[in-house]
Amino acid sequence: MASLELGYVLEGDDEVMETFSRSNSSKLWFRRVRWGRGTALFLAAAYFIIPFYAAMQFSLQNKYGHFSLQPLTQIAQAPLFLSALWLSTQLAIATMAIVLILMVPTMIYVHLRMPRFRRVMEVITILPIVIPPIVLIVGVDGVTPLWLKSSQYLLALIYVVLAMPYVYRSLDAGLGALDLKTLVEAARSLGSGWVSIIWRVLVPNLRSALLSASVLTLALVFGEFTIASLDGWTTIPVWIYLAPTNNARINTLVAMMALLATCVVLMLIVSFDRKSHSRRN
Amino acid sequence: MSEFITDTSPAPSGVSDALSAKKSMPGALFRTLRTGAPVLPFLVYVTLGLLLPTVAIINLAFRSNAGKLTFNNLKVILCVSNSTTCSQYRVGFENSLKLALVTSIVPGILGTLIAYAIATSKHELFKRLTAACSGVLAQFGGVNLAFMFIASFGALSGVATHWLADVGFNPWDHGFDLYKFWGVAFVYMYFQIPLMVLIITPAFAGLKESWREAAENLGASSWRYWRHVGLPVLSPAVLGGMFLLFGSGFSAYATAEALTTGTIAITPIQIGAILQGNVLSGEANLAYALGFAMIVILLISVIGYALLRRRTSRWLR
Repeated sequence: MASLELGYVLEGDDEVMETFSRSNSSKLWFRRVRWGRGTALFLAAAYFIIPFYAAMQFSLQNKYGHFSLQPLTQIAQAPLFLSALWLSTQLAIATMAIVLILMVPTMIYVHLRMPRFRRVMEVITILPIVIPPIVLIVGVDGVTPLWLKSSQYLLALIYVVLAMPYVYRSLDAGLGALDLKTLVEAARSLGSGWVSIIWRVLVPNLRSALLSASVLTLALVFGEFTIASLDGWTTIPVWIYLAPTNNARINTLVAMMALLATCVVLMLIVSFDRKSHSRRN
Repeated sequence: MSEFITDTSPAPSGVSDALSAKKSMPGALFRTLRTGAPVLPFLVYVTLGLLLPTVAIINLAFRSNAGKLTFNNLKVILCVSNSTTCSQYRVGFENSLKLALVTSIVPGILGTLIAYAIATSKHELFKRLTAACSGVLAQFGGVNLAFMFIASFGALSGVATHWLADVGFNPWDHGFDLYKFWGVAFVYMYFQIPLMVLIITPAFAGLKESWREAAENLGASSWRYWRHVGLPVLSPAVLGGMFLLFGSGFSAYATAEALTTGTIAITPIQIGAILQGNVLSGEANLAYALGFAMIVILLISVIGYALLRRRTSRWLR
């Protein structure tokens, strides 16, 4: 860490150089900046790559300590893994369905008719920072009736709240890029009703925003540990933490696969977004 | 208000204005309701899912187990009463604040430096790649991240620990402990630094090249440029970012729980322990008091962030 700061201290020190030789200074200064940047980025890359690579090596080896893809085949046989996967999948589907049905019509309407209401929705997007999952679950436990407490879908209902900021931001960006008024007026003058406007005109136009909203929701449901574990449901992250395996490598392997999947999926969103932007331009 | 004023005025036009306003009042209300009706499902959901639990926390934080109004819960967690478990929650609170401070200031500074290194790069592809990477890494965290670090930096079987031991520097022999305060802080940096890079990168775009040229033409050294131009422009953004990191470090539960199996004494872990029933009887309402205290701290950090962001955006136009 010290050398990282050092690189930047040197960078700021070029006034000394300038007093020596005016003609040479710009070149030297340039080289020093490069050097400082190189060191900083190298150390950052080391910090971010080494744990990832090391954990990959830890989980992908056979009993002789050599690299092997064989542990991948053991995941499915690990006790209770499939039921955890099934629970997480059910919750993800339920959460995505509720959050999209709730948010898409609301946000289209707000963009069309109540632009001032966006302020309220913006405030709501910042609330999960003030009321993080560990605090939210305390309050939810205090007010939830018993019949709902025993249902796994209580988790989906809570995840909808947690997903709202992500969904709001994706949809807000998507709707902002559309000429919503023209689209809706054109569709209405051609005689279509609201359901068909949303389903046949707006949803296809919002495809990339909807995709990123649902993928972020998916990632959230598959990664959420706090509420699931405190409510006693064995979703994938809870399974990783508490799995009754006699082999810690399998748990780590599942964790690494989850991280990799997050990587791939988020990278896909980024590239998809860029493609749709460049097409529009 | 203005209707009342025109009502009392003797001018006939004012009276008729007031009358027409009165007549349209229910109409306007009806119209507002009709315009607002489609957002009602959303509002109801937020009320039930977010507002109601929050109100419950605030309400129950000030109730005894028998339901009486009391400040006792807050007294216990702040340790101004003589309860036996009093110091435990006070220590947890202090540790949480310390952890949040460390994991906001250090990644705040490092993230700013890295973002600067990226922002001044000439390679467009590199910039895009790092932007995408920080977006991804800021989402890491929780159990997965904890397991990744246990597998790499664990005491006995950690792969990276072995590498370091092979070159003669086993960090565990030099005071490093992944499962204690500084270890947890070390792991938090993995998502805090990318988060800071994401927050701060737009601010570097506000740092106009022409300002630097102007400063150089006036004979300013690089140090003076940063001292009088660069840092004053950047500092609200950096500080605002740190406020946000503070909130994220203060409220993280999953990473710390999975990493230390719940042994580190910080407030989120203590709330979790109370919810799981690992608590003396009669202290269940302490969870609400702890939650309330967290909301207060987080509210301060979010307000700080919002105020500073308003100052930052002035330079970004």
